Amino acid sequence: MSIFVNSETKVIYQGLTGSQGKYYGLLNRDYGTKVVAGTNPKKAGTDVEGIPIFASVAEAVEETGATASCIFIPAPGVRSAVLEAAQGGVDFIVAITEGVPAHDEALFYNQLRKDFPNVQLLGPNCPGIISPGECNIGITAGHIALPGGPVGIVSRSGTLTYQALHELKEKGIGCTTCVGIGGDPVPGTSFIDCLAAFEADPETKAVMMIGEIGGSAEEEAAEFISNNMTKPISAYIAGVTAPPGKKMGHAGAIVSGGKGTAKAKMEALEEAGVKVGNNPTEAGDLMAEIVSQL
Amino acid sequence: MDLFEYQGKEFFAEYGMPVSPGELALTTEEAVTAAENLGCPVMVKAQVHTGGRGKAGGVKFAASIDEVSEHAENILGLDINGHIVERLWIEKASDIAEEYYASFTLDRSAKKHLGMLSAEGGVEIETVAEENPEAIARIWVDPVEGLSEGNCRNWVKEAALPEQAIEGAVEILLKLYEAYVDGDADLVEINPLILTEDGRVHVLDAKVTLDSNSVFRHESYVDFDQTQTRDERETAAHSKGLQYVGLEGEVGVIANGAGLAMSTVDVVNQVGGRPANFLDIGGGANADVMTAALEVINNDPDVRAIFINIFGGITRGEEIANGIIDALDRVEIRSPIVIRLDGTNADEGRAILEPHLSQTLQVAPTMLDGAEQAVALAKGINN
Repeated sequence: MSIFVNSETKVIYQGLTGSQGKYYGLLNRDYGTKVVAGTNPKKAGTDVEGIPIFASVAEAVEETGATASCIFIPAPGVRSAVLEAAQGGVDFIVAITEGVPAHDEALFYNQLRKDFPNVQLLGPNCPGIISPGECNIGITAGHIALPGGPVGIVSRSGTLTYQALHELKEKGIGCTTCVGIGGDPVPGTSFIDCLAAFEADPETKAVMMIGEIGGSAEEEAAEFISNNMTKPISAYIAGVTAPPGKKMGHAGAIVSGGKGTAKAKMEALEEAGVKVGNNPTEAGDLMAEIVSQL
Repeated sequence: MDLFEYQGKEFFAEYGMPVSPGELALTTEEAVTAAENLGCPVMVKAQVHTGGRGKAGGVKFAASIDEVSEHAENILGLDINGHIVERLWIEKASDIAEEYYASFTLDRSAKKHLGMLSAEGGVEIETVAEENPEAIARIWVDPVEGLSEGNCRNWVKEAALPEQAIEGAVEILLKLYEAYVDGDADLVEINPLILTEDGRVHVLDAKVTLDSNSVFRHESYVDFDQTQTRDERETAAHSKGLQYVGLEGEVGVIANGAGLAMSTVDVVNQVGGRPANFLDIGGGANADVMTAALEVINNDPDVRAIFINIFGGITRGEEIANGIIDALDRVEIRSPIVIRLDGTNADEGRAILEPHLSQTLQVAPTMLDGAEQAVALAKGINN
């Protein structure tokens, strides 16, 4: 089992004709993902290595029955691409693109809530989602993830998501689904969305969570965990030694006014019963311990 | 991108908000000329990207040209929380009857815009929030719906602004919201928003942070980029398009992805070293980006060892390896390098590095090992 996607999920790639979209779209197809269509209004009727290109998401959905979309459109076009995907009829949208303005994110997040309440957006600025052995949507290198569970992963950081998968694979621990929610100020999918889905997924027995400084998403997750989660969790928060007032790359990763520190997040999670490591390796070791006791 | 007060006021003025006439001055002479143009009394205000200017003596009232000269002399070069004052804003003084606070920012938990308004302005809003939280009226604005005049008026009434300030405040707050949204700001703050002796609501200060991701639709923001506060290393890195934050240690850090870069900084600290920087070479890193990153780190005189920590998603191992080899050909790197390479095409990358390995170009099997090796090298321990 997996959350949000599985081996049957048919995916449209918005931006498949661009260099990044093509590179990862084809890699995802090689992995086994059902990459059924691409969109580009100027190239409708052509194909990318056998994958048909349609003028719009709506047409692609109609022709292929796709239920998910993956966006590799440059930042200025992401706002309209997300809305086009929702209007086109998919119910899961993965926006990989980084550099999307925060006001755009706030706008389409609320627009989806209002007009398309059943659509789940992941990202923007995220590595995507992988259910090892079943489906890989986005930029994760498929071979670093071991299929089979029992661990679900949710992470705010791209490369740390890979690091987490890698740590687990090194220990022979598989993963049901790994969700990279991205480090932007308004992520479409939150820690809580993923935790709730993992709690409901019978194959997922434990959850590994990677957070980072800035905002209060980890604190909110901690509250959700103490009230709702029965499955054991290990966590790591990046940026323990980050100086206040300096943005550490991600638009969301900043300690400001004494808020959003790694220490506060680690304490909140520990209070909620989460095993918190000081680095990704430690969090992996803690997860190995948890798995050995399942 | 943080704006100086004077830039923030120019930004506000574009949206029709009332600000005081003023002039920028880089020297005492310019300050005097500005005051002569404006007519005394004026305020002499330090322009720095930090708060607490008033307390630090960076904001002074000047009744005469002599006082302008004296204050300008004192404030230029002043150190305010580590920011040296290089610019002054000379502004026509206002008669203040009351001081308020107003701001808009994104509430990341609620995923809506948050407006805050208080009749207790002029002090730090954090202090008001702690000591007298009910003195702040909050409004959450759905970005799809925007801020209606009716909701704005209710909000102003909730903040208990006096009757004579309500109309002026509503007008300014609607414009402030427009500036915030239309201008793609992360923060717009007026502290204080004042009521003048003659009954006008007026913008007396401006704190604006703009979203650098929005530059594609605001060409003029490129100018603001020129006036950001950065140290020499940060300026060099920024000009090469790198995400770099200067720290104070000896181990140069290069990683791909903000999370991994932060984590690398953490791990270097944890194994007893001190990172010299945070540097994220981003997703699409190639040989040119790696060269640029190594050049920036190499120019930091404090760096004694470099730890390159790459986990390939977008970035392919052979690109990284070729980048390092290429950079080593182009620049004479002063410090030993430890590389940890994993992920997409990591084996191909390692194979490219293999023939080049030496005492000063090492590989490490894991992130922790890499950090330990780099810290040992930085401390001059051969291993």
